[in-house]
Amino acid sequence: MHEVVQALILGILVGGIYALMASGLTLVFGIMKVINVAQGALVILAAYLSYALWSHLGVDPFLSIVIVTPVMFVLGVAVQLVFVRSLRGPEASELSLLVTWALALGIEGILSVAFKTTFRLSLPSYADTTWTVLGYQIAEVRLLGFVASGVLLALLSLLLTRTRFGRAVRATVQNPTAATLLGVDANRVQTLSFGLGVSMAAAAGAVYGVIYPFNPGSHYDLISRLLSIVVLGGLGSIGGAVFAAVGMGVVESLVAVEISPIWSSFSFFVVLIAFLIVRPQGIFGLRERVL
Amino acid sequence: MTRATGFGLARGAAFAGAAVAFPFVFTPAWIVNIGVLTLMYAALATAWNLFSGYTGYITLGQAAFFGLGAYTLGITFEHVGIGSGYNPFYALPLVGAGVALASLPVAWIALRTRQMTFAIVTLTLLFIVQQLAFNLHSLTKGSTGLMLPTPRFPIDSYDRPFYLAMLAILLVALGLCWLIMRSKLGLTLLAIREDEEKARGLGIRVTSAKLVAWSLMVWLSAMVGGVWAYYLTFIYPESSVDPLVMIGAVLMTFLGGRGTLWGPAVGALVLVPAQQYMITRLGASEFYLVGYSAVFMVVLLLLPRGILPSLRDALDSWRERRRTHGSKPVVHGEVRA
Repeated sequence: MHEVVQALILGILVGGIYALMASGLTLVFGIMKVINVAQGALVILAAYLSYALWSHLGVDPFLSIVIVTPVMFVLGVAVQLVFVRSLRGPEASELSLLVTWALALGIEGILSVAFKTTFRLSLPSYADTTWTVLGYQIAEVRLLGFVASGVLLALLSLLLTRTRFGRAVRATVQNPTAATLLGVDANRVQTLSFGLGVSMAAAAGAVYGVIYPFNPGSHYDLISRLLSIVVLGGLGSIGGAVFAAVGMGVVESLVAVEISPIWSSFSFFVVLIAFLIVRPQGIFGLRERVL
Repeated sequence: MTRATGFGLARGAAFAGAAVAFPFVFTPAWIVNIGVLTLMYAALATAWNLFSGYTGYITLGQAAFFGLGAYTLGITFEHVGIGSGYNPFYALPLVGAGVALASLPVAWIALRTRQMTFAIVTLTLLFIVQQLAFNLHSLTKGSTGLMLPTPRFPIDSYDRPFYLAMLAILLVALGLCWLIMRSKLGLTLLAIREDEEKARGLGIRVTSAKLVAWSLMVWLSAMVGGVWAYYLTFIYPESSVDPLVMIGAVLMTFLGGRGTLWGPAVGALVLVPAQQYMITRLGASEFYLVGYSAVFMVVLLLLPRGILPSLRDALDSWRERRRTHGSKPVVHGEVRA
C-alpha cells in the first residue's frame, strides 16, 4: 500500500509538468487545427537554453523560466508566421503535421550540432533534497516543478477567462467564422496563441531539464506522450489535457511499481487505445461536427 | 482496351524492363546498393500512397510495420529456419500477411477517430512497436539487436538478389495501385478522401474499403522490412522502427505527387540518391538531419502538390493554349481522379 501511495504522489507530480506541455499543444489545436509535432523538440530546446543559462551564468533553472519563456514566445510567433501561416486549403491540418515534424527534425539536428548527443541535466544545489512527509518521499525539484506548472496553468486559465485576448481566443475556438465577423482579428489570435503554446513548452522545458536527463533525441519520447495525452483528453480541451496528463503520470508510475519500469510508458499507450474503443473523441472532446 | 490503358501498360513494362536490366548493366556494388535503397523507399512510398494518398487519412506509423516485418522475418529465421539463398524471399508474402492481419484490430479502432486523431494514434503505434522490440527480450534480444544468418550469395553480385526482391515488391505495389485506381475500390477511396460522411450516407461501405487499403499498405511495408532485414543481416529497435525512414517515404510521396500512380516512385528516384550523397558528404546524423528537414520544408511549403501533378497541369495548359490558339478563353479546373 505504501508503495502504491508513493507511486500516486510521484505520478501526480510528474503529470503536472506534462499537463503544462500538453496544454500548449491542445490550445494551438483548438484555435487553428494544427498539431504542433515540434512541441516536444521545443521543450528540449528550452531545456537546453535553461541548461546553458545555469551552467554558464549560474541562473537558477526555475528562475530561468522568466527568461526562457519570453524568448521562446518570440520564436513561436516567428515559427507561426514563417511555416504554419502559409498552409491553406482543406489539407492544411494534415500538412501542418508534417511541417512541424520537419521543424522538430531541424531543431533536433541543430541541437545535436551545438550540444552533441550526450545527456545533460541541470543540477542546482537543491537537486538531491528530499522531504519525508508521513513516511512518503517527495523530491524538492519535483515538487517545485509541480508548483511552477500549477501556477503557470492557473495564469493561462486567467488569461483565457479574464482578458479581452482570452475572450477572442475562446470565440475563435468555438466558431472561427463568427468570431471573425464580430471583429476578432483571426490572424493575430492565431499567431499569438501559437507563441503562447510554445511558451508553455518553454516553461515546462526549463522544469524538465532539472528532473530528467535529456539529449537532442529526447523529443521523440516526449512527443509520443504529449500526443497521446491530448488525444486522450480530447483534442482542443485544456481541461482534458490536464486530466489526461495526470492520469498518464499515475498509470505510468503505478505500472512501474507494480509490474516493471520498462513497461510503464507502454502501458499508457494501451490505456489510450483501449479508451478510444469506447470514446473515439477522447475524454472531453467534442464529436466531429460535419460542416 | 483503350489507347490510354495500352499506353499505361507500355509505360509500366518499359519501367520494369529498364529496372530489371539496371543491376546487370551497372554492376559496381555501391551503385546497386543505392538502387536497393531507392527501390526500398519507392516501394514504401507507393505503399504509403496506396492508403494515405488515396483515402486522405495520413498515417505516421508505417515504420512500425516495416519494423514488424523485419523482426518477424528475423524471429522466423531464429526459431523456424526458412532456408538460405532465395528461399526467405518466398516466405515474405506470408510474413507480410501475418503482420497485416495482426494490425487490423488496431486499424479498426484508429479508423473510428477523426483524421487528425488517426494520424496521432498511428504515430503512437510506432513507439509501441519500438518499445516492444526493446522489451520482448526473449524474442528480439532487445537493444542488443538480432542477428540474421548471412545470405549465401556470390560476393561480386551480392546486392543483386535484394535489388530484384525490392523491385518485385515495388512492381506489385504499383500494379495494385493501378488496379485499385481503375476499380470500384478506387472510387470508394476517392469518395472517402473527398467527403467521407456523404459517401457513408450514400450507403458506400467506407470502413471495409479503408481496411482493405490499410492491409495492403501494411502487407507491402512489412515485406519491404523483411527484405531490408535480410539485406543488413542485423536489426535493432532504433534502426528497424525508425521515424526517419517513414518520414522519408512520406516526403518522397509529397514530392512526387500524392494520389498519383508514379509520383511516390518518382519522388524516391529524385530523393534517395540525393540523400545518399548528403549522408556521405555530411555524415550520418547532425548536419544531415538539418539538411533533411530543410528539404522537407521546401517541398511542403513550395510544392505541396508534388512534381507530377504540377507537370501535368503545365502540360495540359500548354496543349490547351496550342489547340485554342488566339480563340476562346481557356477554362481550367476540371475534376480528375
